[in-house]
Amino acid sequence: MAGTDRQARFTITLDGRKVKARSDQTLWQIARDNGVDIPHLCYRDTEGYRPDGNCRACMVEIEGERVLAASCQRRAAPDMKVNSQNSRATTARKMVMELLVADQPARADAHEPSSQLWHYAQQQQITASRFSARSQPQTDSSHPAIAVNMDACIQCNLCVRACREIQVNDVIGLAGRGAEAKIIFDFDDDMGASTCVGCGECVQACPTGALMPKTVLDPEQRLAVTPDRQIASVCPYCGVGCQLTFNVRDDKIVSVNGRDGPANRGRLCVKGRYGFDYIHNPERLTQPLVRRDDVPKSASMEFDPAAPFSHFRPASWDEALARAADGFKKIKSDHQAGALAGFGSAKGTNEEAYLVQKFVRSCFGTNNVDHCTRLCHASSVAALLETIGSGAVTASFSQCRDAEAIIVIGANPAVNHPVAASFIKNAAKSGAELFVLDPRGQALDRYAAHSLHFTPGSDVALLNAMLHTIIQENLYDSDYVASHTEGFEALAEQTRLTSPESMAPVCGIAPQTIRDVARRFAAARTGMIFWGMGVSQHTHGTDNARCLISLALLTGNIGKQGAGLHPLRGQNNVQGASDAGLIPMFFPDYRSVEDTQTREKYEQLWGHPLDDKKGLSVVEIADGACEGTIKGLYVMGENPVMSDPDQAHVRAGFERLEHLVVQDIFLTETAAFADVVLPASAFPEKSGTVTNTDRRVQMGRTAVPMTGDARQDWWIIQELARRMGHEWNYQGPQDIFNEMRIVMPSLTGITWERLEAEDAVTYPCADENSPGQDVIFADAFPTESGRGRLSPAAILPPDEVPDDDFPLVMTTGRLLEHWHTGSMTRRSHVLDQLEPVAEVHISTQDMARLSISIGQRVCVETRRGTIELYARLDPNLPEGMIFVPFCFSEAPANMLTNAALDPFGKIPELKYSAARLRRAE
Amino acid sequence: MPESGQPSRHKAGKKGRFRPKGRLVEADARAQICQLLSDEQLQRDRLIEALHAINDQFHHLSARHLAALAELMRLPMAEVWEVASFYDHFTLVKEEDSPPPARTLRICTSLSCALAGSEELLAAAQTLDGPDLRVMAAPCLGACDRAPAVADGHQLIRAADIKDIRASFSQPPRPQELDNLIKFDDYRKNGGYRLAADLAGGRADKQALLAELARSGLRGLGGAGFPTGRKWQIVAGYEGPRLMAVNGDEGEPGTFKDRLYLSTDPHRMIAGVLIAGHLAGIEKAYLYIRDEYPEILAALKTEVAAVKNSGLGDHMQLELRRGAGAYICGEESAMIESIEGKRGLPRQRPPFVAERGLFGRPTLVNNVETLYWVRDILEQGADWYNALGKPGHPGLRSYSVSGRVARPGVVRAPAGSTANELIALCGGMAQGHRFKAYLPGGASGGILPADKADIALDFGGALADEGCFVGSHALVVLSQQDNLWQAALNLMRFFRHESCGQCTPCRSGTQKAVELMDTDTPDTALLHELSAVMADASICGLGQAAANPLLSVMRHFPEEIPVSDKDRT
Repeated sequence: MAGTDRQARFTITLDGRKVKARSDQTLWQIARDNGVDIPHLCYRDTEGYRPDGNCRACMVEIEGERVLAASCQRRAAPDMKVNSQNSRATTARKMVMELLVADQPARADAHEPSSQLWHYAQQQQITASRFSARSQPQTDSSHPAIAVNMDACIQCNLCVRACREIQVNDVIGLAGRGAEAKIIFDFDDDMGASTCVGCGECVQACPTGALMPKTVLDPEQRLAVTPDRQIASVCPYCGVGCQLTFNVRDDKIVSVNGRDGPANRGRLCVKGRYGFDYIHNPERLTQPLVRRDDVPKSASMEFDPAAPFSHFRPASWDEALARAADGFKKIKSDHQAGALAGFGSAKGTNEEAYLVQKFVRSCFGTNNVDHCTRLCHASSVAALLETIGSGAVTASFSQCRDAEAIIVIGANPAVNHPVAASFIKNAAKSGAELFVLDPRGQALDRYAAHSLHFTPGSDVALLNAMLHTIIQENLYDSDYVASHTEGFEALAEQTRLTSPESMAPVCGIAPQTIRDVARRFAAARTGMIFWGMGVSQHTHGTDNARCLISLALLTGNIGKQGAGLHPLRGQNNVQGASDAGLIPMFFPDYRSVEDTQTREKYEQLWGHPLDDKKGLSVVEIADGACEGTIKGLYVMGENPVMSDPDQAHVRAGFERLEHLVVQDIFLTETAAFADVVLPASAFPEKSGTVTNTDRRVQMGRTAVPMTGDARQDWWIIQELARRMGHEWNYQGPQDIFNEMRIVMPSLTGITWERLEAEDAVTYPCADENSPGQDVIFADAFPTESGRGRLSPAAILPPDEVPDDDFPLVMTTGRLLEHWHTGSMTRRSHVLDQLEPVAEVHISTQDMARLSISIGQRVCVETRRGTIELYARLDPNLPEGMIFVPFCFSEAPANMLTNAALDPFGKIPELKYSAARLRRAE
Repeated sequence: MPESGQPSRHKAGKKGRFRPKGRLVEADARAQICQLLSDEQLQRDRLIEALHAINDQFHHLSARHLAALAELMRLPMAEVWEVASFYDHFTLVKEEDSPPPARTLRICTSLSCALAGSEELLAAAQTLDGPDLRVMAAPCLGACDRAPAVADGHQLIRAADIKDIRASFSQPPRPQELDNLIKFDDYRKNGGYRLAADLAGGRADKQALLAELARSGLRGLGGAGFPTGRKWQIVAGYEGPRLMAVNGDEGEPGTFKDRLYLSTDPHRMIAGVLIAGHLAGIEKAYLYIRDEYPEILAALKTEVAAVKNSGLGDHMQLELRRGAGAYICGEESAMIESIEGKRGLPRQRPPFVAERGLFGRPTLVNNVETLYWVRDILEQGADWYNALGKPGHPGLRSYSVSGRVARPGVVRAPAGSTANELIALCGGMAQGHRFKAYLPGGASGGILPADKADIALDFGGALADEGCFVGSHALVVLSQQDNLWQAALNLMRFFRHESCGQCTPCRSGTQKAVELMDTDTPDTALLHELSAVMADASICGLGQAAANPLLSVMRHFPEEIPVSDKDRT
C-alpha cells in the first residue's frame, strides 16, 4: 500500500539482532516477520482485528521501560531494544499462561484441545496450574448453532471485537468488573434469546473453545469431530461471494470457516457458516424420477416433498434422459421452437449458466431462456445499460471504506447481504455518512446519519426531490456533468417542479430532511449508492434506478475510489449467470440476440441456426404456459412456482404444460409439476466459477461427493443436448469455461488456471497479469457517446394502490436465515430452527388496531389469493405496511403478489400489493 | 431421498419466533425514559449520566428501561449493559429479578474503617437488611478521618454504632449541607478569579505565568507527581482542540484531602481550571467527581453555574460529571474512558493522554488539589510556594492521616514531612496504640515498619528506595493491635474488587492472591512469583502496585505470615 510504503523504515534490536521496522508495525508483527513466534491469545492476526493487549500472553521487555509491554499492541520506534526471549519476558508470559490455565477445564476435558490457548500453553510447558480454579459458569446451549462454554473463557474480548467491530452485529459485550468480568449477550441473556444473528464471527475468533460450533462437539461439550480435509470454496447463497472453507469428515461437511477472500475478508453470515447441511438432508433427490401416469398435474394438488412416490416413480438415468429429451423434441416438431423455454439458475455456476442458454438456444432453437435475475435486478440492469452501457456494478461494495457518503436505498443488506452490510457499518462507524432510505426500519439505521422511512412506492418522488435540490441549488459537479454526461437539460426540466416541498406529501419525508440528505450527499467528495429489490421490484423499478444513476452522475460519483453504483446482487451467481447469457435478449456479455453479426458468430461456434428474435422473460413464459403458447419447459435449479408473482396463475400455467423437466437437488414446488425430475449436484459437490456482486469471478471447488445417483449439472445438460442430436463433448467445467473465454471479452485475463491459483479475479481485467478493476468507468462509459445519460423519470403510482377493500401495503422479501424460496435453507437444521414457521410481519400499530396478538393465526388476502400464517410483531414496519417472506411454501407470499411488470425490465411489482389482514377463523 | 411416509419438514408443532430477535422495547418504558431524559442527555458520552438519572429515579436500572435507553441512544444493548454493570453504584435488575429496596446502607470496609471495626458494624447492620433497606459493604468512602464511615445511599451519616444507624434510618434521608463552603460571590469578593479575569482581558503574560508554574515545585497531587507546569506546556504544545479532565475521583483508600478542598473552597480549584484554560488553550474541561461525594456534586452544580453566569469561563466550556463507584476511574485514562461514557478501562501507553486523551484529543488531566494550588502559586510566585517545603522538597502537601492516630484528618505540612512528624501533628497515637507500621501512600504505596518512619514522604527519593511511594499522600497508621497480614489481605481484597478486569495479571492475579493469602499456610514463594507478574505485566498502576502491601509485609513482617501449627515448631 502506498501509505505504508511512505512510512520510514528504521532499525530496532530484537533479541540482540538488528531488524528493520516501521512505526506502523507492532513488535509482535516484527517478531513474526523475523521468525519469532510470541504467544498471543487476545490478538488475532487478521485484517480488521484491533490489537487490544489485554491477555498479556505476549509480553516483551523494552529496555529502559519500567514494565513489560504487550508486543501485539506496542508499535516500533527507532532504536528500540526489545527482548522477547529473556527470562523476565518468558517468566511473565508463563505466569500469565499459568493464571489462565488455572481457570480452564482440565486439558483432558478441554472443549477444544487444539485451541490457541492450549497450543501456547503446551509450547511453554504449562499443562497444569498451581492456582486454584474459579467457580465455573454453566454451558449455554440456547443457540441452535453455537455452544457457549464460558468455563473456557479468558475474557480476552476477541468475541466482543468480532461482534461489535468486525461484523458490527452489536450483541456481545464484556460486563462486570475484575474477576467478575464476563462475556455477555445483550443484557446478559442466553445467546439464543439475544439479538444474535448467528454470524459465527465470535466462534471463529475465540482462542479457547469457549465458543464453538455445536456440530463438532460431543454431549460433554468436547471436540469430537475434526475434519479429514478442508476445501477452499465459495458460499452458495447470496451475491456477496464470501470465500469459505468446507471442513469435511467422512465425505460430510461438518463445519465451515470464513476464508480471507477479497469480498468477505474472513467474514460469513449465519447462512454461509451454519446453513451447509441442506446437502445432507434426507429429502435430497438421489435418483431420477418420472411422473406416475395415474397422477395428473393439478394446480391445486397437495404435494409433500418428503413423500415423492405419491406423484413419481423412480427411473433409470437412460429412461429419464430419453423421456426428457423426447418430450422436447416432440413439442419442437409438433409446434415451433417458440413453444419451448428454459430457465437456468443464478445458484449454479457460470459454466452451467452458459450451457443452459446454449442448450435452449441451440437445441430448442429459441431465445426463451431466462432466470431469476428477472425477478431481482432486471430493471436495474435495464436502466444501467440504457444510461451507462453496462449492467454491472461500477465499484465493489468494499469501496464504501473510502466513501464519505453512502446511500442505501430499497435494500436491507444486514438481512440479505449481511457481510456486505458489515463493511457498510464499518465505514459508517469510521466516519462515512450513511443515509438509509427505505419504508421499513432496519439494522443499519443505528449507524445512519439519516434514516428516511418514506411512503412505500414513492421512491421516484423522493429521488426526484433530491435531484431537484442538487440541480436547483447548484450542488452538482458541473465539470463532471459537462464532460461525462448528457441529457442534463432534460433532467433539469423533468425535476424542475419536483421540489422537496412539493414531493414531501407524496413521499412522507419532511422537505428539510430531503434537502439535507441531498446536500450532504452532493457535498461529499466520494459517494456510493447501494440498492436492492426495494428499488427494482416495482413497475417503476427502471425509473427508480434511473434516478439513482442520475444522482451518481450529477455528483460525479462514478469511476473513482470510494464512489459508485452498486445494485446488491441477490444470488451467488446472478451476475455471472447474466453475463453468461441466461437472458432472453442477450447472448453472453449482453450482445443482442437481434444483432446479426453476433448471432452468426454463435451459429458458427455452436454449429446450429439460432433464433433471431428476443425471447420471453420469466413472467412472460409463465403467461405463455397459461395461454398454451409455451408447452415445454426445462427448469434447471429454479423454483418459479414459489418465486414468481401470482402463484395461482403460475400454477395454472404449469398444470397446462405438456412437458416439464426439472433438474434440481430437491423436489421443489416446481418439481411437483414435472414430467421428469433429474437429480443434480449441490454447490459443494461441484467445481466451477461464480461471479459475485462485485464482478469478481471466483472458484468453487468440490468438497464432497454427490449423493446417491445424482449427477453433475453440466453432465445432465450435455446428455440432454446429445439426446436432442447435438454432439457436445465437454469433459468438465474447465472445457466449458474455455469455450466461454472464446466469446466473452469480459473473461479476458481470467483463465481457469489463474482462478485455481488465485481463487478470485475481478473483471474487467486487461490481461493475465493485471489484478482486475475494482472501480470502472473512470474515463468514459461504454455508450455510443462515451457519456453517461441523465435519464429523467416521471412519477407514477404503484400498479395496485390500497383502497377500502385492501387497505394495507404488502411487501415481500427474504429473512436473514432463509434464502430465496427456502428450498435449501429450510432444509438446513440451524436455519430452520432459527426461523421455523411462516409469519406475516405486522407493525406495532396495526397489531393493536386489528386486535391481533403475537403468534396468532391470521389471514393475508390480496385480489389474487389468501394465505394463512402466524402474526409476528415487527416494530421496524410503518403502520399500514405488512411484510411476508416468500420462502414458506405452506404460506407462499407469491400467492398474493401482483404480476404487473415494469415496462423496461419486465420485473414484477413484488414489493407492492394492496392487501388486507384478519384473524384466522 | 426419503422413503414415502417419512415425516415431512412441514411437520406441525414447531413454534415460531413471532417477534424480532432479542428484547422488545416496551412502549411505556420508552415513554418514561423520554420523559426523564432530554435529547441532549442522550448523547453517547453522557451514557453514565443517563444511567444515573434512571437509577436516581427508580433506585435501580431495570432491563426494560435500559432497553429503551439503548434504543433511544442508538447503542447496542450489550454496550449499555457492560457500562452499567461496571460501576458499583448501579443496580441492574432483569425481568426475572426483584428490584432492590429504595434505601441502601453502605459501610466502608477499607483499611482505615476496618481498623475502626467496620466489619463488626457491618455484621451487626446486616440484621437490618430487608425489604426496605439494603445493607452493603463499600470500598473507601473518603471519610477515613471519621472511621468507620457509614452512608445512607452515598450520603455520610454520623453513626458510630448500630444504634446510631437504626436511629438514622428511622428518619427519611436528609441531604447534607456544606456549612463551610465558600460560595462564588464570597470567593470573588476576596480576590478570587482576579488572575483568571486578567487572563481573559489580555492583561497577563501567559508565557511568563506558564514558566512560573513550571518553576514551582507543584506536582500532580493525585499521586503520580508529574510536574504540573511541564504537563501544561506539553499539552499546550499539541495541536488543538485541547480538552481537560479534572480528576475528582478521589478513591485511594486513606485519602480524603480533595473532599476537604471541594467541600470548603471549590472555587480555588475552578480558578485553576480557568487559568489552565487560558495557559494551555483548553476548549472544554470536564470535572469528574466521585459519586461518593453527593453534597459536593450538588454544591459544584450551583457553583459551576455561577462561574458560567459570571462570564469568567467564557473561554472554555465546563461540564460536571459524576463517577459511579469505580476506584479505577481515578486512573487518568480510565477516567477519560468514563467521561466518554464507557467502562473505566485504563488505556495502554503510548500514546499518553496529553497527546491523545478525551475523544482522541490532547488532554490535560489534573487532580483537584493540584489545581487548587495554581492560583496561589501564580499570584504569590513559585519561590513562595517552593519555600513552604523542606529542603529538597519544595511546596506544601496535604497529607490525609488516618488509622491509629489521636486526631485523624488532613494535615497541611511541608513536602518531605515524615510519618513521625505527621503522627505528632495528629496528636500522636490514639490511646492504647503503639506505632507499629504505616502506609505512606494509601492502599498501593506499600507498608513500612515504625522504625522507618523518619523517611521523607515525597515522590521518589528514599521512599522509592524502600519499594514504596507516597502517591496521594495518604498516611494510614497501624499499631500493635493490628495484624499486618490481615491488613494486606484487606488491601488485596480491595484491589480484587476494584480491578477493572481487563488484563490477566490484575484480574486473575488479585483474585488468586486473595485466595492464596486467605489460607492457614500461604504459599509465599508462589505469592512472590505472582506479585512479580502483576507488577511487570499489568496494564496500569492498579495491578502493578496491588501487591505492594503484600510484598512489604513479607519483607518487613515475616513473623505475621500465618504458619500452620506444625510449621510453627
